[in-house]
Amino acid sequence: MGKILKVENLTKSYSNGDKTLTVLDKVSFDIEEGQTFAIVGPSGSGKTTLLGLCAGLDQVDSGEVELCGSRLSNLDENQRARLRNEHVGFVFQDFQLFPTLTALENVIVPLELRGEKNASKTGKELLEKVGLGDRWHHYPSQLSGGEKQRVAVARAFANRPAILFADEPTGNLDAETGEKVVKLLFDLNKEAGTTLVIVTHDLELAEKTQQIMRIKGGTIVDNQVASSW
Amino acid sequence: MVEKNQPQKPGFVWLLRMAWRDGRSSWNKILLFMLSTVLGIAAVVSIQSFGSNLKDNIALRSKALMGADYIIDSDDLPNERVNAIIDSLGGADAQEVNFASMAAFNTTEATKLVRVRGIEGGFPFYGELETQPEEAANNYQEQGAALVDATLMLQFGLEKGDTIHLGKVSLPIAGSLKSIPGSNAIFSSIAPPVAIPYRFIASSELIQTGSRVDYEYYFKDEANTDLERLDRELDPMLDAEGADLDTHLSTSQRLGRRYENFGKFLNLVAFIALLLGCVGIASAIHLYIKEKLPSIAVLKCLGASRAQTFKIFLIQVAFIGLMGGIIGTAAGIGLQFLFPALIKDLIPVQLELSVAPEAVIAGLLLGVSMSVLFALYPLIGTLYVSPLQALRVSHQPSARSKRSSVLVFVAIFASIFIISLWLLEDWQYSLAFMGGTIVTFAVLAGIAQLFIRSVRKYFPHHWNFEVRQSLLNLFRPNNQTLILVLAIGVGTFLISTLYFSRDLLLAEASIEGGSNSPNMILLDVQTGQEKEVLETIRSNDQPVLSNIPIVTMRVDELKGKPVREIRKDTSSTINRWILNHEFRTTYRDSLIDSETLEEGEFTREVTETNVIPISVSRDFAGDAEVSMGDTIRFNVQGKIMTTTIGSIRAVDWSRLQPNFSIVFPKGVLEQAPQFRVVTTKLPTEEASAKLQQKLVAKFPNVSILDLRQVLNVIEELLEKIAWIINFMASFSILTGIIVLLGAVRSSKYQRMRESVLLRTLGAKGKQVLRIVALEYLYLGILGALSGILLSLLGSQLLAWFVFDTTFSPSLFPFLVLLPGLTLLILIIGLSNSIGVIKSPPLEVLRKEAA
Repeated sequence: MGKILKVENLTKSYSNGDKTLTVLDKVSFDIEEGQTFAIVGPSGSGKTTLLGLCAGLDQVDSGEVELCGSRLSNLDENQRARLRNEHVGFVFQDFQLFPTLTALENVIVPLELRGEKNASKTGKELLEKVGLGDRWHHYPSQLSGGEKQRVAVARAFANRPAILFADEPTGNLDAETGEKVVKLLFDLNKEAGTTLVIVTHDLELAEKTQQIMRIKGGTIVDNQVASSW
Repeated sequence: MVEKNQPQKPGFVWLLRMAWRDGRSSWNKILLFMLSTVLGIAAVVSIQSFGSNLKDNIALRSKALMGADYIIDSDDLPNERVNAIIDSLGGADAQEVNFASMAAFNTTEATKLVRVRGIEGGFPFYGELETQPEEAANNYQEQGAALVDATLMLQFGLEKGDTIHLGKVSLPIAGSLKSIPGSNAIFSSIAPPVAIPYRFIASSELIQTGSRVDYEYYFKDEANTDLERLDRELDPMLDAEGADLDTHLSTSQRLGRRYENFGKFLNLVAFIALLLGCVGIASAIHLYIKEKLPSIAVLKCLGASRAQTFKIFLIQVAFIGLMGGIIGTAAGIGLQFLFPALIKDLIPVQLELSVAPEAVIAGLLLGVSMSVLFALYPLIGTLYVSPLQALRVSHQPSARSKRSSVLVFVAIFASIFIISLWLLEDWQYSLAFMGGTIVTFAVLAGIAQLFIRSVRKYFPHHWNFEVRQSLLNLFRPNNQTLILVLAIGVGTFLISTLYFSRDLLLAEASIEGGSNSPNMILLDVQTGQEKEVLETIRSNDQPVLSNIPIVTMRVDELKGKPVREIRKDTSSTINRWILNHEFRTTYRDSLIDSETLEEGEFTREVTETNVIPISVSRDFAGDAEVSMGDTIRFNVQGKIMTTTIGSIRAVDWSRLQPNFSIVFPKGVLEQAPQFRVVTTKLPTEEASAKLQQKLVAKFPNVSILDLRQVLNVIEELLEKIAWIINFMASFSILTGIIVLLGAVRSSKYQRMRESVLLRTLGAKGKQVLRIVALEYLYLGILGALSGILLSLLGSQLLAWFVFDTTFSPSLFPFLVLLPGLTLLILIIGLSNSIGVIKSPPLEVLRKEAA
C-alpha cells in the first residue's frame, strides 16, 4: 500500500491587522491508502485548518502537501478543484447541503461536475444505501439532522473518492444518530477502500480509527496507531 | 497524478440546470427587484416606441401635414425674381396669405385675435380640410363664406350662418373648422384659424404697413420631381430674395426633430427610473449572494471551478434581467397606446401606433445588460469565496481584486454613457448626464455615509433604550442606510427637480407684477391712427404705458461685405436669420427695464445722419459676428442707411413686452414709413374685453394681443408638459417604492431574529415597534430631505447660470413630498415588523428555523 497523503513541514498563519497568528507550525505526517485516520485536539488547535489544507482548499505558507500523488503547491485553484472532484469526498459537521436542492440533486452534484452520465441512477442507489431511497425528492429543510448527514455521506461517496475528509461528522447529531452515521462511514470505507480522515474531538469516535494524531497549538503532540487496532 | 489541464467542464446545460435548481426557491425574494427594472424598461420602451411611431407617422403624413408637396413662402409680396421662379415651376397650384387680426361677430360683443388664412385654389391637395358640416370645406370658396375654428365657435356660441367681421369685410360663417393643414393646436389657442376666400383679403384692408403677413404658394408635384434636389437648387436663390422653399420632406424632418428633442428629455426621465431599478438589483444581488456564500464554498469543495460558480449566478441574474426585459417591454408597448390621449394637443398628426421592433430589442437588451452590469460587483464576490468557508474556518477573506472592481465600475459608467448617447445623440449632453448621475448618486451615498459616521461618533449613549437601538440599527452589519437613502433620495430628487423646473419656467414666462408691466399689446397701429387709438385707451380710464414706433428694415451689408456675398460664402458662420430677417426696429433716447448696457454708450439722439451709432442686442452681435465700432448697412424700405455699433445691450427676452434687437437713436427714423405698438395695462378681464371691442370697432386692422390669454395658454401648455413629465417620473417613484419594499423585505429575517431576541429578553411589542418606526423615520427624513435639498441646489444653479433669474421654489416638495414619503417609508417598515410583534417569540423562531 502506498501513501495517499503526505504532509511535510506544513505551516500556515493568518494575519489580523498587525498580529500574525500561526495556526499550524511545521506539521508533518502521512496516511496510507485505505487507512482510517483521526485528527484530534481541543478547539482552536488547528485541526480543521489542517484538514482544509490537506484537501487543497487553501494554499500553505510553507511546507508541502502531496495528495493522491499530486503536489498541491504545483496545482492552481482549478486543478485543485479537479483533484477534489475526482479523488476527494467531504462530510461536514453542519452537513452543508445545498438548501435549494433536493436530496438527490445534492448527491449528484459531484457526479454532474465530472460530466458523468446516469448520475441520477447512481445518486438514487447511493441514497438507497444510506436508507433514504424514498426521500430523494425531499429538500434539506424537510429532513432531520441525521437524515441530512446521511445525504451528505451519500454525496461524499458519490464520486467514489480515494480519500474522504470528515470534519466533526457527528458534532451536530445526538449520540444514537451519530452512531448510525459513523457506522455508515466505516462501512462504506471498508466497502470502497476509501481512506477516511476524521477531524474530531470525540475520543470515542477517534478510537474507532486505525491511527490517531493529536495536535495542540498548531503542532503535533502525538501520532500513533490506536490501541484497539 | 493530476494532469495540469483545465478541470472537466460539465457544460452549459449543467450550469443552466444548477442555476434553475438554485434559483427556483429564491424567485420570490428577487421578484420585487425584477419588478423594479420592469418599470424602468417599460418607461424607456414606451417612449422609444412612441417616438419611433410618431416619427414614422409624421414622415408618412408629411404631405397631409403641409397640404401640398412643397411651398414657397415669403414675408413680403414676392418680387419679380421670386415670381419668375414660381412661374418656372409652372405656377402655384394654390396660394394663401395669412396674418393675425382681430375678429368680431354679429351675435356677440366679444372680439378675438385670429389667424386669417385667405386661400385661393384647391388647397389642401393632401390631408383634409375637416369642417362641420362636411360640405362647408367644398363650398366656402364659392359661397364667399368663412370657416371658423371649431373651438372658437363653441367658445363664442357661434353657429353656421352667423357673421364674422374681419376688418372691413363681413362674411357669413359656412361652418366650423376642425382641422386644416398648417395649423397646430398650441398656436390655434392664441390665434385660432379662420379660412376665407383669398379674394376678400384686399377689401378687408387688414394688410397695412408693418403687418406681419405670410404669403404662401402651394405646389402639387405631379412630375415626381426630386424634391431634395429642388430644395438644394432653389432654396439659396429664394433665400437671396427673402423667400423660402419648404418641401413636405424637410417640414416633416423639422417637425420630427422638434418632437424628438422632447422625446429625448422624456427618455432620460425614463432612464433614471431604470437606473434606480438597477441600484435595487445591485442591492438585491448583494444580499442574495451573501446568503449563497456557504453554498458557493461547498460547491468549490466538491470541485466546481471559480468560473463555474460565477456563471451559475450570472445566468440567474441574466434570466431575471431577461424576464424584466420581456415584461417591461410588453408593458411599455401597451403604455404607448395611452400617450396619444395624454398629449393629443401637442402632436401634429392622428397616430396609428404599432410595435416598433427597435424598441422591443432595446427593451430586452436593456433588461439583460443593465441587470448583469449592476449585479456584476456583488457577483464577482463569488470568485473570492474560499472553499475553506465550508469548514467553518475563520478564514481571512481574499481581497477582491482592485482591478476587477475598477473594471466593473468603468463598465457601469461606460454603459450609462453609451445608453444616454443612444437616447440623446449628443456626446456632450450624454457626458453631462453621466456626470450628473454619478454626482447625484455619489452625493446621496456620501450623505448616508456621513450620517452613519456622525451617529457613530456622536452616539447619544445617555438617550433612552429605544432611540439608542434605532440609531444602532443604522450602522450595524447588513444595515440598509445606504440603499434606502439612495432609493428615497433619487426618487425625491427627481420629483422635486420637476417641480422646481416648472417653477423656473413659469417664473420666466410670467408677466412682471410691477405697475409698469403691460398686459395688452396693440400691434400694427398706423401712424394716422396713433392719436385716436391713444385717446380711446385714455378715455376708457386706462393708461398708455408705451407707444413704440416700429420701422422695418433688412441688413444689407455687414462690416463692408454685402449680404448677397455672405450668403454665397459657404465658410461664413454668420447666422442665416441675420441675413434673411426683416427686422422690426425702434428709436428712442433711453434704455428700458428689460435692457442692460453691456458695452459702449447708448446714444440718445443724433443730428448728423451720415454714420448712425445704433445699439444692438448681445444675441444679435453674437449671431451677426459684429462688435463695437463695426459698421452695418441697412435697407430701410428702399433707403440705404449706414450705421455703426455704438453700444451692445443685454436684453431679457423672456419678459412679455416689446423688445428689440436693434435700437436707433432719435433724430434718424422719424420720417421713415412706420407703425406703432402701443401697450397698456388693464385691471380686469372685463375692462380688457370692453376696450378690445371699442378698438376693434374703430380700428379693425389693429391686432390686440391679450397677454393674460397668452400666459394662460403658456401655463396650460406647461401644465400639459409637466403632466407628461410627472407621468414619466411616476415610474421612478414607483421604482423607488419597489426598491424600498425589496430592501426592507430582504432584511426581514434578520430583523425578525433581532426583534424576537429583544422580545425574548423582555421587550414589549410596543418598544420593538417604536425602535423600527424610529429607524425608518430617520431614513425617510434623511433620504427625502437630501433629495429635496440636492434638487433645490441644482435648480438654484440652473436659475443662476442658465436662466439668469431668481425663483421662489414651490413648497410642494417640503410640505407634501417630505412628510408623504417619510410616512410611506414608515408604513412599509412597520408592516414588515408587525407580524413579529403579533406572534409569540417561539412561533416566530420555529417558523424561521423551518
